[in-house]
Amino acid sequence: MKENQSIPPVRIGGLRKAFGEQKVLKGISLEVARRETVAVLGRSGGGKSVLLKLIIGLQTPDAGSIQVAGQEITKLPDKMLNEVRKKIGFLFQQAALYDSLTVEENVAFPLSRHTKASSGERRRRVHELLAGVGMEGDARKMPSEISGGMQKRVGLARALALDPEILLLDEPTAGLDPITATEIAELIGALKRKRPMSAIVVTHDVRGARAYTDRMVLLHEGNIVAEGSFDELQSSKNELVEQFIG
Amino acid sequence: MRNLALLFVAVAASDAFAARLPPHVLAAKRLLFSFFEWFGELGLFCRRLITAALTPPYEFSEFLRQCDAIGSKSLPLVALAGAATGVVMSLQTRDSLIRFGAKAFLPAVIVFSIIKESGPIVTALIVSGRVGAGIGAELGSMKVTEQIDAMEASAVDPYKFLVATRVAACILMLPLLTVAANFCGILMGWLANNLAEPISLRLFLENGFKNMEFTDYIPPIVKTTVFGLTIGIVSSFQGLRTTGGTEGVGRSATSSVVLSSLFVILADVLLVRLILTIWGK
Repeated sequence: MKENQSIPPVRIGGLRKAFGEQKVLKGISLEVARRETVAVLGRSGGGKSVLLKLIIGLQTPDAGSIQVAGQEITKLPDKMLNEVRKKIGFLFQQAALYDSLTVEENVAFPLSRHTKASSGERRRRVHELLAGVGMEGDARKMPSEISGGMQKRVGLARALALDPEILLLDEPTAGLDPITATEIAELIGALKRKRPMSAIVVTHDVRGARAYTDRMVLLHEGNIVAEGSFDELQSSKNELVEQFIG
Repeated sequence: MRNLALLFVAVAASDAFAARLPPHVLAAKRLLFSFFEWFGELGLFCRRLITAALTPPYEFSEFLRQCDAIGSKSLPLVALAGAATGVVMSLQTRDSLIRFGAKAFLPAVIVFSIIKESGPIVTALIVSGRVGAGIGAELGSMKVTEQIDAMEASAVDPYKFLVATRVAACILMLPLLTVAANFCGILMGWLANNLAEPISLRLFLENGFKNMEFTDYIPPIVKTTVFGLTIGIVSSFQGLRTTGGTEGVGRSATSSVVLSSLFVILADVLLVRLILTIWGK
């Protein structure tokens, strides 16, 4: 148990990924400590979302290692990879809610497949999760009947359903108005305080992310070009960092 | 010889070789490569599908939901198509048989042609239109909106949850829908015949089924399971390889219908030959 505590939940080394001629990641290394939240910043199309998809095994790297919860996932067979995935919660950029299921069925989906909870317990847990993101009144609605911000909240509740050790958030505030974006950022901050988990957040919203991240890394042209707390990055003389932090 | 073949493939695939080719040859080469690529990907898809389908746990509730979507919801259309086939066959065949003085064979001709060929193929083509487009569009839309990625990220195998259940439902529902289409076709065939020349249903059926044997009835019904398998696999495959947003979803829906109909017709030709070889007299 002690040994597990010392292993960082996410450890990436020399990660490379290319799509045809386009090299998206050129050998990046990143470590996320227990209960740490890291924001990955960078320009659009810079490979930030690809990085998250590599961490959860939705894409395979060309080279490098990805250790999640102490397990090297790049060589894991599907069955074992799924065991690792149960420890990860993933919020997609467009929430990716199942549009044929209601809000509560979306949140219950991972629970009904990976837990032995009775339907009553499951319902209670779903309502608890929806209440946690302020969506308890919309449980019976279909995803098409709720706004983008509400979809993100439901996506977040679904990502938290299995009490993950690691949370991966892909642009949690993208496409939202400033008020909703702030609400989502505050919600992530509150979750971080409540739950003992590590998180990687891909975002453009540097100011919003400041409130809930411990560290920020700047990804540029496939490499990590800067790393540190918001204050450290703010005092950086790197031109690219200055452009991002403003 | 094998090395020579490998060398030929390597040269044909090389960019330097491609640059020297005239545009129409280059287009034909691309088409040929994408043709083989499609079959290669289909093979990998089927391998993953078989593994997912045979490994527990099984998704029974989703399978039942798909049986409802594919079976019960296709029933009205299939019944209508079967009935129309029966009426048309009765009207057309009656006229032809009168010319040859073989009017007495009308019930047998209707029953035999509906059970052995028209019922199964009409049902399969109706289902590939309705269900094939539905599966292609649904899975395609799930693919482009990252719902399939979300499912994988939730440690749920989309091949097990989405594909295996749809394919299994197609396999089970096609024979049942065919029985319904056959029933409606024969009934309406009798009705159309009855309007021209009154004949009791009992006599019509007695004449129709008099020379029919068990081996005439079972192979065509079993054949429809292969049609179901074909529709399920082709439309799911097309859905899961969707790219390019809503336009891609439209393309997947169309190609699901076109390809599944095409493969159903090809499978029919092969299966009829096979059935005649095994059970033919």
